[in-house]
Amino acid sequence: MAAATTPSQKIAGGSFLLETRQPCEVFTPEDFNEQHQMILQTADEFAAQEILPNADKIEHKDFSVSRELIRKAAELGLSSVDIPEAYGGMEMDKVTSCIVADRVAVYAGFATSWGAHTGIGTLPLVFFGTEAQKQQYLPRIANGELTTAYALSESSSGSDAMNCRARAELSADGRHWILNGEKMWITNGGFADLFTVFAKVDGEQFSAFLVERSFPGFSTGAEEHKLGIRGSSTTPVILNDCKVPKENLLGEIGKGHVIAFNILNIGRYKLGAACVGGARIATKQAIEYAKQRKAFGKPISDFGLIREKLANMAIGIYAGESIVYRTVGMLDAALSNIDKSAPDAARQICKGIEEYAVECSILKVWGSEMIDYVADEMVQIFGGYGFVEEYPAERAYRDARINRIFEGTNEINRLIITGFLLKRAMSGQLPLLPAIKKLMDEVMAGPSFGDADESAFAAERSMVTAAKKLTLFAAGSASQKYMQAMPDQQELMGAIADMVIESYAMESCLLRAEKLAASKTDAAAKLPVAMTQVYLAEAMEKVESRARKVIAAVAEGDMMRTQMAILRRLGKHEPIDTIPLRQMIAQRVIEVGKYGV
Amino acid sequence: MKILVCMKQVPQKDAPLKLNEAGTWIREEVSYEVNEPDAYALEEALRQKEKHTGEVVVITSGPARSQQVLREALAKGADRAIHLEDDAFVGLDAFNTAKAFAAAIKDEQFDLIFTGLQSDDYGFAQTGVILAELLGWAHATIIMQIEKTEAGIRVKRELEAGYFQYVDMPTPAVLTIQSGINKLRYATLIGIKNAKNKPMRKVAMAEVASAIGPNLQKIERLYVPQKSKQTQLLEGSPGEIAKKLVDKLRNELRAI
Ligand SMILES: Cc1cc2nc3c(=O)[nH]c(=O)nc-3n(C[C@H](O)[C@H](O)[C@H](O)COP(=O)(O)OP(=O)(O)OC[C@H]3O[C@@H](n4cnc5c(N)ncnc54)[C@H](O)[C@@H]3O)c2cc1C
Repeated sequence: MAAATTPSQKIAGGSFLLETRQPCEVFTPEDFNEQHQMILQTADEFAAQEILPNADKIEHKDFSVSRELIRKAAELGLSSVDIPEAYGGMEMDKVTSCIVADRVAVYAGFATSWGAHTGIGTLPLVFFGTEAQKQQYLPRIANGELTTAYALSESSSGSDAMNCRARAELSADGRHWILNGEKMWITNGGFADLFTVFAKVDGEQFSAFLVERSFPGFSTGAEEHKLGIRGSSTTPVILNDCKVPKENLLGEIGKGHVIAFNILNIGRYKLGAACVGGARIATKQAIEYAKQRKAFGKPISDFGLIREKLANMAIGIYAGESIVYRTVGMLDAALSNIDKSAPDAARQICKGIEEYAVECSILKVWGSEMIDYVADEMVQIFGGYGFVEEYPAERAYRDARINRIFEGTNEINRLIITGFLLKRAMSGQLPLLPAIKKLMDEVMAGPSFGDADESAFAAERSMVTAAKKLTLFAAGSASQKYMQAMPDQQELMGAIADMVIESYAMESCLLRAEKLAASKTDAAAKLPVAMTQVYLAEAMEKVESRARKVIAAVAEGDMMRTQMAILRRLGKHEPIDTIPLRQMIAQRVIEVGKYGV
Repeated sequence: MKILVCMKQVPQKDAPLKLNEAGTWIREEVSYEVNEPDAYALEEALRQKEKHTGEVVVITSGPARSQQVLREALAKGADRAIHLEDDAFVGLDAFNTAKAFAAAIKDEQFDLIFTGLQSDDYGFAQTGVILAELLGWAHATIIMQIEKTEAGIRVKRELEAGYFQYVDMPTPAVLTIQSGINKLRYATLIGIKNAKNKPMRKVAMAEVASAIGPNLQKIERLYVPQKSKQTQLLEGSPGEIAKKLVDKLRNELRAI
């Protein structure tokens, strides 16, 4: 990996909307170094040789198998990528962490247990634990002896998690916290040994505790009967005068929200990576099936409408990889300046990640919707066989659905995306307002007729610029009208979030394609370039429709007509014929039998 | 025991292959992986080392990309690596490759050299055998098991039709290893991390050029087999048709 081709500078979170990036500034899967490649291979082999052959047993809730796999993965080091070396972990970069999350996702039932254990279950301790707490638990988590879980949600507070009812009181002798309450839908509830439990001290101060299954007063309820990810354990956690040693308070009293939000942030980018991994295997199975299923005397992979689906699925993976690895590449660049031996290193890392809250939410929302689309089309390609349990599509379809619900529902994440950007704009942390003003001035000045840019990717670049301008224009118009009351306009917040998401995805696809085109032969770059062109065309339509929705809502009469005209001008681009591009993409993936760039 | 393992980088098994313009080899734009029997050879060497102590050294020849094979081997536990690095090594035939290896290790003292039985790309199955001859060592092929004995080693060779042969041989020796001889290990993350710091000796073409000569073997032409379909109707009574069919299957197609 040449230093000049990967990001080394810290890039401000959310700044993608305002700044133009060069291909050399983004990290892509093509930038994986030798070590990344080897870890990817180990994870792939582990998935093929250990996870997939055990999927049936795990699906039938034999959780001893899941535990055994977690232990085996720990032996290889796969489970402790995010745990510091000082506590027996591998302490590797976030790119590695995403590579592993992506490749383990071949079977969602296990990937969910795995994700909860290595992610939200373990990381609160890594980032917020005291030295003694880390010494006590982390080495045994790193070697797979202990498995972990994260207990935040309750039956009456999921999205609204700060509003929980679980309480903690100090015992009369001051040596224990006494926890009471009930947590709901806790992944790994059935078998985890260590839980990060959130409860309010004296019913007021939201805080976190490290609770062992063996503590008196701790129990878990019956397994939920779920739509999907049946191979994961989901149970209530019941705290009945549960006695937790005083030292097991995690972080500070009343600061539980800092832990909850930061950990969810991390959970989100990893979930984005896992969605890409899930889509990768679904696409492979769909291609295999389409090649061998015959109708009207031909393999169905010969039909244009099936090829269109296969192409779209491949584009989903391409775009997913592009946003995931661009984002974690940025994270790694930002975290690389932190002195890992500093006493507050973990907090600094957490802060570094929080900087990219918008990007993390984008990965979660975009990834979960992409895998849902892919799984849905997979069922369609399998036809009647897609609807029956003997074939993989049925489970893939059910398994995909949860991703839009947990780690913050996609509604909540959309509100975070727009809300976070607006907040940064108001505080001046992100020069969003000057950018909007500049755009408005540009619009008022009328159309410019500069020299036509005829360089390679000129049309694509101008489309990405147009998407960003439309986003700023819509966000500017909406916030001008509603000012501080914007958060109450959820439909507008959601529409703007969609535009932000697509702008990021479009740009990520394009920068990756440009980087590929510069480093590979024309023939090798043809596929990613085509995938980028199709993605841009589709995403642009979405951006335009959301912009129209926002403008129609915030302006009236002549004002609206003027703004719509501006909108048309900003979004102007030549339509492209996506049919031959999709045909070519489909042909390539059918030949290879799987997605691959 | 000091063991050298010869490893090769080959196109990935499921990679779609396209012929080059000259029709003499495939185009380079494919993904590569470790030649499968070589992975087993490495695994066997690591197991022998774990049993008897010693050192495992890996060697390959090829362009910069082929270093990946050596890093992987180091990650799995090999102690050091030798890379004969030059694009031109790719074009060498088995005779010259063996000569280049012999030249590169002339100052080393190995007890055993393992190669894979054959490479998944050319499938010559010659490099190991020729290397033994050049070194003046004993060799045995298609090895399924290796045991250390007082006088040297005892190996199990795979013959045809489920038969095996046991051979006692002296060391040093060259063995070509059959796939499936053992169960491959994973490269662990700690192994992968440590691999970076293990020694890798680079050998330039110039250092071994005097040892090699013109290729004795050359691929004239490579082509994708043409699929064709011909229908023949056999006529006559059922008995006659059956007879003709058997005749064709036996004598023309040699299928029965
Ligand atoms: C299989 C599974 C595993 C889980 N694992 C865990 C775990 O390990 N740990 C854990 O703590 N939790 C876990 N959860 C809980 C999960 O995080 C919550 O279900 C999720 O956050 C949604 O909360 P809720 O169910 O209370 O829905 P609600 O908050 O009631 O939401 C219902 C609907 O209303 C919408 N909504 C809510 N608030 C707003 C708002 N302000 N504006 C607009 N729309 C809104 C939501 O988007 C959603 O569409 C898991 C859930 C499942 C199903």
